Amino acid sequence: METAYLIETVIKIVVILLIFSALAGIGTYFERKVLAFMQRRLGPMNVGPFGLLQVAADGIKLFTKEDIVPSGVVARIFKIAPVITAATAFMAAAAIPFLPSFTLFGYEVHPIVADINIGILYILGIMGVGLYGPLLGGMASANKFALISAARGAAVFISYEVVTGLSILAPIMMVGSLSLIDFNEYQISNGWIVFAQPVAFILFWIAAFAETGRTPFHLIANDHEIIDGFGTEYSGMRWGLFAIGEYANMFFISFVISLLFLGGYGDGSLLGALALLGKVAFFFFFFLWTRAAWPDVRPDQLMWLCWKVLMPIAVINIVITGIVMM
Amino acid sequence: MNNEQFNDRNVSNDYFLVDIEDYPTDGWGKFKRVIKRSFRGELFVGLWVVLREMIRFDIHTVKYPEEKMPIGPRYRAVHEMKRLWESDTERCIGCGLCEKICISNCIRIDTKIDENSRKEVSEYSINLGRCIFCGYCAEVCPELAITHGGEYENASDQREHFVMYEDMLTPLDKMKAATQLEFEGFGAITPHEDERVKKTPLAY
Repeated sequence: METAYLIETVIKIVVILLIFSALAGIGTYFERKVLAFMQRRLGPMNVGPFGLLQVAADGIKLFTKEDIVPSGVVARIFKIAPVITAATAFMAAAAIPFLPSFTLFGYEVHPIVADINIGILYILGIMGVGLYGPLLGGMASANKFALISAARGAAVFISYEVVTGLSILAPIMMVGSLSLIDFNEYQISNGWIVFAQPVAFILFWIAAFAETGRTPFHLIANDHEIIDGFGTEYSGMRWGLFAIGEYANMFFISFVISLLFLGGYGDGSLLGALALLGKVAFFFFFFLWTRAAWPDVRPDQLMWLCWKVLMPIAVINIVITGIVMM
Repeated sequence: MNNEQFNDRNVSNDYFLVDIEDYPTDGWGKFKRVIKRSFRGELFVGLWVVLREMIRFDIHTVKYPEEKMPIGPRYRAVHEMKRLWESDTERCIGCGLCEKICISNCIRIDTKIDENSRKEVSEYSINLGRCIFCGYCAEVCPELAITHGGEYENASDQREHFVMYEDMLTPLDKMKAATQLEFEGFGAITPHEDERVKKTPLAY
């Protein structure tokens, strides 16, 4: 392994880590603002202009808050659980090309940490490992609400992960590769996959809501039923890591949807890069939008939906795709 | 005579009974309901409603410490003692009616005969910890001396905070500037109430 490659990779990792940790914080600001505007409120207004420094205030609060490990918890697992959530969220980002490759000071930069040939499989697998954060945190918390949340997390996870996997199987059959860059190249010549696979797109989008635990399927940490679920016993930066992981996941899954179905960054021009960011912004906004508009479903409804409706549709979609491709 | 005109609420003819379908019992019925709900676009109606409100940007927030809602003249906050416009002297004649009528016994008044052999208030206090702000004292006052003010932002280190006569009395410089606010009376309506008033939806 060359030294230059190693240095480049480390720099890329640090940059992605910093940008998306900051974006996770700014994401909470946008969430508050968008929800507030949709509910005819103003949202944060007092810290800084238009409340922009609210993120910094929250950060200071989370960092300086006492780190409480309650008695009765399984301390070691309790402490490691939020790290799993945040770490897996960022690890999944390794196979995502965030921008087309560009030249910086005469050096060609590929804004992807590792273009591995099993990209999507890796992303979905690592995001699946992310389940262990809520699951272990909830089970170790010695709190009934956290335990319910952990049980829901496990049940819901199995349901949506089936839909996620099956729904992207059809696009993968069309492209013939698991690398997101190959997906992007395929869509330059053959048009966006969303037009060829609208059903798979909708299914993956629905599953993304379950994957990130956003509102229609926000039942792992449903405030009005089980307080904060697995996060109930957490305080300070441990809770903050859960939040960072959740919001980073929202950004990453938005990138994945845009790259898989909506043409990604296109031909790699500046316009294509901006278009990718625009698509990601739309999907992130949609996560917030649905939170203002839609009610939550019950866990049994989600499992019913995933197993009895979405999974058969996904299987039928795969079969039809196969027949058409033959 | 029939009751028709009394039962007619005279509101509008837009009211109708919502047609509620029977709850599906079998799996096929439930599946059909999901399909119907998924494709009828109800979800998108919800999305449109919140997006419309966002675009309209009709914000209802009152930024409280900077902005305050106007309160009506009938609001009963901490008491005030008014002065006479003509001579700037106190309106209170020390009759003691407010102490008598006070149902929570929070007003204490003491009077004496001064050198001009006029009755003078020597001590007057209201225990705000006991006061229920019923407004009887202001209502019974024959001189419109004690009234309720509009000051609702109070803080003290204990609930049983007393206000003394001097605290409630309109300061002299305020009288000099002629800015003493007169109590509009118990029948006074809130400002802008004319715009908000609605026709009673009853025929009688």
